[in-house]
Amino acid sequence: MNQLKVLWNGIIKENPTFVLLLGMCPTLGTTSSALNGMSMGLATMAVLIFSNLIISLIKNLVPDMVRIPSFIVVIASLVTILQMCIKAFAPEIDKSLGLFIPLIVVNCIILGRAEAFAAKNGPISSVMDGIGMGLGFTLGLTLLGAVRELLGTGKVFSLTIFPDSYGALVFVLAPGAFIALGFLIAIVNKLKN
Amino acid sequence: MSNRLIVSLSPHVHSGDSIQKNMYGVCIALVPALVASLYFFGLGAAVVMLTSVASCVIFEWVIAKFILRRPRTTIMDGSAILTGVLLGFNLPSNLPLWIIIIGALVAIGIGKMTFGGLGQNPFNPALVGRVFLLISFPAQMTTWPVSGSVEYLDAQTGATPLYLMKWAIQSGDVSVLKDMPSSLEMIIGQHGGSLGEVSAILLLIGCLFMIVRKIITWHIPVSILGTVAIISGVLHLVNPIYSDPISVLCSGGLMLGACFMATDYVTSPMVPKGQIIYGVAIGALTVIIRNWGSYPEGMSFAILIMNAFTPLINTYCKPRRFGEVIRKEAKK
Amino acid sequence: MKKLESTWYNMAIVLTFISVIAGAALAYVNEITKGPIAEIQQQNEAQAIKTVLCDDNAAITDTIVNGDVTLYLTDNGAAVKTVDPKNESFSGGLTIMVGLDKEFKVLGYTVIVSNETPGLGAKASEWFQKGGKGDIIGRVAGQFKTTKDGGDVDAITASTITSRSFLRAVNNAYAEYAKVMSPEVDVQTAATNPNNE
Repeated sequence: MNQLKVLWNGIIKENPTFVLLLGMCPTLGTTSSALNGMSMGLATMAVLIFSNLIISLIKNLVPDMVRIPSFIVVIASLVTILQMCIKAFAPEIDKSLGLFIPLIVVNCIILGRAEAFAAKNGPISSVMDGIGMGLGFTLGLTLLGAVRELLGTGKVFSLTIFPDSYGALVFVLAPGAFIALGFLIAIVNKLKN
Repeated sequence: MSNRLIVSLSPHVHSGDSIQKNMYGVCIALVPALVASLYFFGLGAAVVMLTSVASCVIFEWVIAKFILRRPRTTIMDGSAILTGVLLGFNLPSNLPLWIIIIGALVAIGIGKMTFGGLGQNPFNPALVGRVFLLISFPAQMTTWPVSGSVEYLDAQTGATPLYLMKWAIQSGDVSVLKDMPSSLEMIIGQHGGSLGEVSAILLLIGCLFMIVRKIITWHIPVSILGTVAIISGVLHLVNPIYSDPISVLCSGGLMLGACFMATDYVTSPMVPKGQIIYGVAIGALTVIIRNWGSYPEGMSFAILIMNAFTPLINTYCKPRRFGEVIRKEAKK
Repeated sequence: MKKLESTWYNMAIVLTFISVIAGAALAYVNEITKGPIAEIQQQNEAQAIKTVLCDDNAAITDTIVNGDVTLYLTDNGAAVKTVDPKNESFSGGLTIMVGLDKEFKVLGYTVIVSNETPGLGAKASEWFQKGGKGDIIGRVAGQFKTTKDGGDVDAITASTITSRSFLRAVNNAYAEYAKVMSPEVDVQTAATNPNNE
């Protein structure tokens, strides 16, 4: 019961994209299409689950004063492993997201959850938190990507909704990411209250 | 009618200024330029202008009434009409209707109402709309009808003076400039471009009208135009691939921006000193973007950038408080 | 289990331990993925050569590497991997492969590395293909310019800079191939002419 609460917390109540506003760099940078946003979210989720698990397992072995460097080494290794695996086994994803994968290392969600959650809780809750936060992040990125792709090019997941020529290019570019994110946050706040 | 008794601090003398009076004053000042663009672009100009004004007013009403649920809507204060007119002036006369409507939605919806309506917006709404359209629909927004082509959608299009200027700088070839209209044509406004780009002299007359009627002060327009004239004059003398100051001043949205958009009350600094800093910076940024940026026109970007700096300028150039002088003298 | 104290000794041991484990894990994964990654890259390159030459049985007779440019010569032409010589694409780093026949006609091209804006500059991989709006297939390379610069190739909507960069790269491919074909002639091309912007 408690574990489900942790999971739910990440998806809705403390959604990293719309509520905590964590990890804005990949949020704004990779969401030019729904598919890109979703792949980035899933890649981050994979790293998040494993980093939370490992960190909650080693938390008592790590002295307080060196916990940040230790966490960073763990996270960086996981990201590098993920990058090599994607390059080797999913070259298509590598083509569209290759640039952003290394950025997961500095994504504040991962270090943030390591600090705020995994370093204080047991392995099972930490994994649940990783899944919840990861799903929340994936959801946020997919939604933002879908909105930007729809308004920018008239497509969602490459399915044409209206012709390309009616798309507002600004939504594919960085300024459109800010505008779309701002309005999504406003709508989420409105719905929550 | 809850505030029957208005309690306010002194002074109590009312200058007679009101939002309506100023907004409609600006609109009147724009009439000569509007007539000129109707003359040069005919039906297209009328369609664009009407659509822009009508959709701005309608969006303002809808948003105030149904989304913000304000008890009273502010559509009659003239600010939405002015935004519509300015947005229309910033568009080419052969723009499809749906793009104009999107522009109006962005100008009123994102540029103004999101921040709380008139008086709260940090950026000039009409410019927000224009820049949004420019980035979103670059192809449609940069196909300019040539002046005298009075059809709406299938108007004859051609290169604008701004485009020729940019090309001359990029290719380093002065001969490109031989296609430029003469200085006289530039001043009267006989060249392609947006509705409000075509009649420098009439815009200037409108500007004088506003200064005489004390709707605006001279500081912002004079500092912008002066800065642009000086910088482009120096550049022209150093290297003739940079166009002469008269062409630079009369081309593009410079005159419209300097007189009507940079002077927007809400988004410009409050005191003369701040206004001059603001104007000089806009002038310099415009020349920089026009000559070395990737867009041919820099006026709208320059104004938006300086809009963002306005709160900072206001922090350092505060209006004098009532009674402050006396206190200072008393100290001596 | 109690948390370890932050003594110098403990910290040094823990950091070393974590680094060693992480290093070992990385080395292991690297070992596993090295093969597949190299294979994919080779496949991509081989596939690209076949695509741009429009010939599934293209046999490479010679490979010439010249700085950033790699030429794969065949009996019917060459596949040239090249970058934009001025490197002024919108966000840097446009690498393409162009197939040219012996008369320098463009047989095909493919974009290998592109960091351009997704949805805009990234359109380059379709725009200039057969039937695309800026079709360059079957035309003689060397003097491609966008319509904005007085040429006759339509630039990608809203991505003039990417289009220019792309065309410079294609012209560069021609220049390099022409040098190989007739080394003694000084080839004056759009790619090497500084006034050709």
